[in-house]
Amino acid sequence: MTPSSSIAAPGAAPGHEAHHDEHGDHPSYLVDGTTVKSWLLTVDHKRIGIMYMFWVLLFFLVGGIFALMIRLELLTPGPTIMDAMTYNRTFTLHGVVMIFLFMIPAIPAIFGNFMLPLMLGAKDVAFPRLNLLSLYVYLAGAGFALWGMLNGGLDTGWTFYTPYSAHTTTTVAPVLFGAFIIGFSSILTGMNFIVTAHTMRAPGITWFKMPLFVWALYATSCIQVLATPVIGLLLLLVSAENLFNLGMFDVARGGDPVLFQHLFWFYSHPAVYIMVLPAFGVMSEVVSTFSRKNIFGYRAVAYSSVGIAFVGFFAWGHHMFVSGQSTFDAGIFGALSMLVGVFTAIKVFNWVGTVYKGAVEFTTPFAYFCGFLFFTVFGGMTGIAVATVSLDVAWHDTYFVVAHFHFIMVGATIMAFLAALHYWFPKMFGKTYHEGWGLVSAALIILGFNATFIPQFLLGNAGMPRRYYEYPERFQALNVASTAGASLLAFGFVIIALYLTWALIYGKRVDNPWGSKGYEWLTASPPPTHNFVGPQPTYPEEPHFYVDPKKAEVSDAV
Amino acid sequence: MQSSHSASAPGGAKLAAHFASLDVQKHAARLGMWLFLATEILLFAGLFACYAAYRFLFPEAWAASSRSLDLLMGSINTIVLITSSFTAAMAVHYAKEGKNKLVGHMFFLTLLMAGAFLVIKYFEYKHKFHIGTLPGRYYFYDGIQVPGAPMFFTVYFASTALHAFHVIIGMTVLAIIMVRAYRKGDFGPNNYTAVELGSMYWHLVDLVWIFLFPMLYLV
Ligand code: HEM
Ligand SMILES: [Cu+2]
Repeated sequence: MTPSSSIAAPGAAPGHEAHHDEHGDHPSYLVDGTTVKSWLLTVDHKRIGIMYMFWVLLFFLVGGIFALMIRLELLTPGPTIMDAMTYNRTFTLHGVVMIFLFMIPAIPAIFGNFMLPLMLGAKDVAFPRLNLLSLYVYLAGAGFALWGMLNGGLDTGWTFYTPYSAHTTTTVAPVLFGAFIIGFSSILTGMNFIVTAHTMRAPGITWFKMPLFVWALYATSCIQVLATPVIGLLLLLVSAENLFNLGMFDVARGGDPVLFQHLFWFYSHPAVYIMVLPAFGVMSEVVSTFSRKNIFGYRAVAYSSVGIAFVGFFAWGHHMFVSGQSTFDAGIFGALSMLVGVFTAIKVFNWVGTVYKGAVEFTTPFAYFCGFLFFTVFGGMTGIAVATVSLDVAWHDTYFVVAHFHFIMVGATIMAFLAALHYWFPKMFGKTYHEGWGLVSAALIILGFNATFIPQFLLGNAGMPRRYYEYPERFQALNVASTAGASLLAFGFVIIALYLTWALIYGKRVDNPWGSKGYEWLTASPPPTHNFVGPQPTYPEEPHFYVDPKKAEVSDAV
Repeated sequence: MQSSHSASAPGGAKLAAHFASLDVQKHAARLGMWLFLATEILLFAGLFACYAAYRFLFPEAWAASSRSLDLLMGSINTIVLITSSFTAAMAVHYAKEGKNKLVGHMFFLTLLMAGAFLVIKYFEYKHKFHIGTLPGRYYFYDGIQVPGAPMFFTVYFASTALHAFHVIIGMTVLAIIMVRAYRKGDFGPNNYTAVELGSMYWHLVDLVWIFLFPMLYLV
């Protein structure tokens, strides 16, 4: 224990000085133990985050390949590369992989795991072994699901609606059981994060000095803990239904499929906030760092995360406007759904307020921030549109809805994922990537993304239903445009994969290239095994406390 | 370096290196357990929602099927389980005083009662398999032929089986703690978190049954 550690000193500048020589006996977490076992059995939250990154990215690739197959099939009005059954399986597996294996763990399990203790000045999460367990539970669930996919796959869509899911001859049960297991992993991570935020904050970090990413993770974790058990139960019931025909949701035996939908969306609507809230958190960090300003309206941003998490529990009925819900219920659910838009708008205004009069540094993460802002606003507005019952009666189950949720999920969450990947790449690996390629691929992805999904809004509005592998001639032009956009998108990802892999090996050695004053940057990059050397640091100021002489005249710069 | 270091504190409790103090560590463990219990309650809440919806749809079937259950066995089981919760609570009490042997005895009694619960449940199930009050398409009981009766038994079996599964998990946990109390005997005023958490879990198992019993047997 070296009390003189420069990192631990209150208010110290980011430790980019040569402390490696100073603490030669504290190697970074990357090289502290190089055997395979030291990785597989680690309880270090950083290594667990990195392992999650490996698997989550792998599943992203799998889901992406399914996506390209869908787009290829839809290139021509008739059958193109597959038959109807294969198409049904493809879009189902695309949805299942992307949502359960990629989107839900993506930001919390990778960046949350890595950054949360660093941001709280803690040596680890509250339950390190549980953290490792959550990774293996995730892999076990993924194994089940993949086994089911390879042995037949399923054709129900990611929503597993009964009665069809109880009767289809495809392999429903293993995939559902896999998703059930993955739910446990999600619950474990959520519990761990909540307890960490409550008990592991370093002296000086009060609730309202926590970085906003932590607030977002906290709100996300609450949803994970409270909503996931319900879908867990439901997936078990549907598996049982499929295997043994117990009749729980079978109309012939008095069962009610709409009850299934209620339970499903009670989880799956909040689950969309599990996917998007961490993205909001990432962006609050990125916008502060690259505008060199503390976030505008810190408390509003923090509370609105909690607000979204709360209201998100009372909006599920908007998925069932045409499932026989009463008009009154539909109206209530519509109005409650729009409340989510209000909270999101609060955030958007505060982000914009942060950029305003900031000293913007237009780097790759900031480019993704710009894309993110556009997609969140556009996607959120279409959310309000589909939450309007009279409009949604026409749009439901068309490509309009597909475009809506891709705008929000891919638009907002993938933008944030990529921003996080670039922003924290130096933190995680102590190396930097090529900025030029970063900007080029960001441009490709944002353009490709628009080209993919704007045509889908038009298609949906013109009446093209989702989940069909054929369509009338008149829809072809827009479908071709969408497929072209998807190729551009994929191309962007390939470039990222290439230059980031290159940077991992040959990248320039850096510590804090952004000069960020987020709490996680107060320790070395990559951090030593127990995050900092010496006793627990104290953090007297706020995160992102920039006192930029050039900007001293700006009253709200601090 | 990779595994977290531990240091021994008075009373035998281990302080993991990443916690600020033993108190914080205990607080964390307790908070984690409460969150876990919340997830368990929501797990059952899904089933309760199914129960409510179908009871609303089939009130007669619900009343008739409920009367076909064995109220005596159900009541005995309720009493057994509540008593077992009491002995589990006593174990925490003794753990705080460092009376490890009594902790072991209390958990032993709890396990005995849990076993009795399962045995009684087994006889109830066996009877149902015999007369045919079974879920969904397996239903063949002539006594009640109201629409919705098979659904009652779908809900009945789903919820009691899920509950029984929790009983088994709870028994495993308590058995591990019991062995530790007998063998190591290291519970004391500063080190009773494991006993406390185990018995909290047991109370939850009990609580769920206290909901299930009136819902299923006393409609
Ligand atoms: C302003 C906030 C939002 C509102 C008011 C809103 C509203 C809606 C409505 C009404 C639907 C149902 C449309 C239909 O099926 O006819 C829907 C579908 C969907 N939304 Fe949103 N939404 C919002 C934000 C989000 C966010 C943030 C995400 C994800 C990150 C998301 C993901 C989805 C998904 C996945 C579906 C389709 C599910 C399916 O049927 O497969 N939404 N949204
Ligand atoms: Cu929704």
